[in-house]
Amino acid sequence: MKAVVDPKKCTVCGVCAEACPFGAITVGETSVDVSDECTLCGMCVDTCEFGAISLPEAGAGVSTDSAEYSGIWVYAEWRMGTIHKVSHELLSAGRKLADRRGVALCAVVLGHLLDEDLLRELPEYGADRVYVVDHPRLAHFTDESYANALVELVRLKKPEILLAGATSMGRSFIPRVAALLGSGLTADCTDLDISDEGLLLQTRPAFGGNVMATIVCPHRRPQMATVRPKVMRPRKIEGRSGEIERLSVPEECLVGRVEVLEVIPERDQTAKLTEADVIVSGGRGLRKPENFALLEDLAHLVNGAVGASRGAVEEGWIAPSHQVGQTGRTVAPTLYMAVGLSGAIQHVVGMQGSKVIVAVNKDPDAPIFEVANYGIVADLFEFVPALIRRIRQERGEDS
Amino acid sequence: MHLVVCIKQVPDTKNVRIDPDTHTLVRQGVESIINPFDLFAVEAALQIKDRLNARITVLTMGPPQAEEALRDTLSRGADEAVLLSDRAFAGSDTWATSTTLSAAIRKMGDVDLVLCGKQAVDGDTAQVGPEVATLLDIPYATFVKKIEVLDDRALKVTRQTDEGMEIWRLPTPALLTVIKEVGEPRLPSLRHKMRARKAQIPVWGVGDLGLDPGRVGLSGSFTQVVRVFSPPRRGNRVLLRGSPEEQAEQLYRNLKEAKVPGI
Repeated sequence: MKAVVDPKKCTVCGVCAEACPFGAITVGETSVDVSDECTLCGMCVDTCEFGAISLPEAGAGVSTDSAEYSGIWVYAEWRMGTIHKVSHELLSAGRKLADRRGVALCAVVLGHLLDEDLLRELPEYGADRVYVVDHPRLAHFTDESYANALVELVRLKKPEILLAGATSMGRSFIPRVAALLGSGLTADCTDLDISDEGLLLQTRPAFGGNVMATIVCPHRRPQMATVRPKVMRPRKIEGRSGEIERLSVPEECLVGRVEVLEVIPERDQTAKLTEADVIVSGGRGLRKPENFALLEDLAHLVNGAVGASRGAVEEGWIAPSHQVGQTGRTVAPTLYMAVGLSGAIQHVVGMQGSKVIVAVNKDPDAPIFEVANYGIVADLFEFVPALIRRIRQERGEDS
Repeated sequence: MHLVVCIKQVPDTKNVRIDPDTHTLVRQGVESIINPFDLFAVEAALQIKDRLNARITVLTMGPPQAEEALRDTLSRGADEAVLLSDRAFAGSDTWATSTTLSAAIRKMGDVDLVLCGKQAVDGDTAQVGPEVATLLDIPYATFVKKIEVLDDRALKVTRQTDEGMEIWRLPTPALLTVIKEVGEPRLPSLRHKMRARKAQIPVWGVGDLGLDPGRVGLSGSFTQVVRVFSPPRRGNRVLLRGSPEEQAEQLYRNLKEAKVPGI
């Protein structure tokens, strides 16, 4: 199968051929030809201003009966005795979808010895109902026990949509849930919407973050997506209440083949990086390891974390856990400061979701300025101390 | 011990740049590379082979030119390779990909451990590993940084999570997705390169896997892309000018106004 060109609409302008990442489109005298190189990626479809290109429709296999499924679920991630912030963000986003659909929004919590206060907080973020499975076998996360329990609940209650955070937990066990249920899953979404027909419009970065793709799951239910932390806004309404319903699942589905031998919590850099509101990142422009202390000073001052480019990590100036980018961490803080860092595409894809990006670089042609909201062409060793002094001055601290 | 490593060929983004005017990707001259995370999976398999009597088969699904990626892994020390290539596989989402890969692993029969990279850098889904394991009905662990093969057909692995580390014990056969901490990928050696060049790489199509064509490729996919567009251009690019003090002053005011926490 390959992309289909409608000869009646096609003007043989050739724009699609340039857009094709696989060189699968050739422009002839009177027609456009799609070769077997086509991977059905869809890049050409949107570039055609005449609407002449379409993709064959994804196969249904056996469709699930959509009418049987109703309601929107958010998997509320309980870990280390708290509910992950992304779950609150998702409940607030799910609230809007549920209102559009005119259906209930439910939070689902799995764990053991769950704190009542944490559960009561979930309706404040938008849940109408909270389903809870509290069992000793869910005290530690394993993909099997968590996925099996969630699948049992889905089969029982039949939600039309299931959302979870794209955390290390969500990205690990939600694929198993999707595979067991035989439904489609879209990873790492940055935007969600719903069509009039109730199709979840799942938007996520594709091709390493260089384009955005909107994906649907037309024939299977529930429609499932994981969503990046920090892209949706949590909205808390104090005192809003909801029903808390405790459910049990068959004992045997909680017995897995994996044994958790040890859990070693560490507030390591990686975690700090993904949760920080401010990240100050350094690249090769820092020239030597000692100079990272300057970025640490600034980060410390604003309660932020220190990141690094692959270059700086490869030089051995800073530990790999600080690395932001394609082979490092994807982050989306409120403020991302790229200091002495050129902005290679692999770095940019890991931080372009940040709300405000500041670039500090001596080279005015550095690609990092392309994605920055504020560009500062300066010697970082002069600029960063000046910024530190300015912040301290405001707080009445001595510089 | 029979190890299978699943790899993917992805576009090399190293030389890709964004056109400053159209804000779209300039794709001219983009070559294919092995997904960097999958090279860590190959390395993890080779490390096991360094210590134990093991055989490594590398598996990929892709167009005929993906054979090149398989030869690369052979030149690093993998023993065999299988290419899954068929027009019917085009347009696969993660589900259809997992269906195809798991059918191939099932066909091999005697597999003890499947290794995958934690995710592919073009799609970033991290879904195929867990889905393959689920379809094969074997246990799995994701984001693994250390693997120890125990005597009694079991593995002890260390996982890196958002909150810390976890040490798990899994019986084999099992599937692991690995992160870069498993070790820097070794380079091809001359001896293995010679062997890789001559190696016969079988190509399996939908018929060889005994799969119904309706279960693979686009027709076997549950999800579908309905729209592809350029990310919204980042607004208000402002160059702050003046001395470092003046630049710091302007930035400070702007950040204060944007209500950045901590400023």
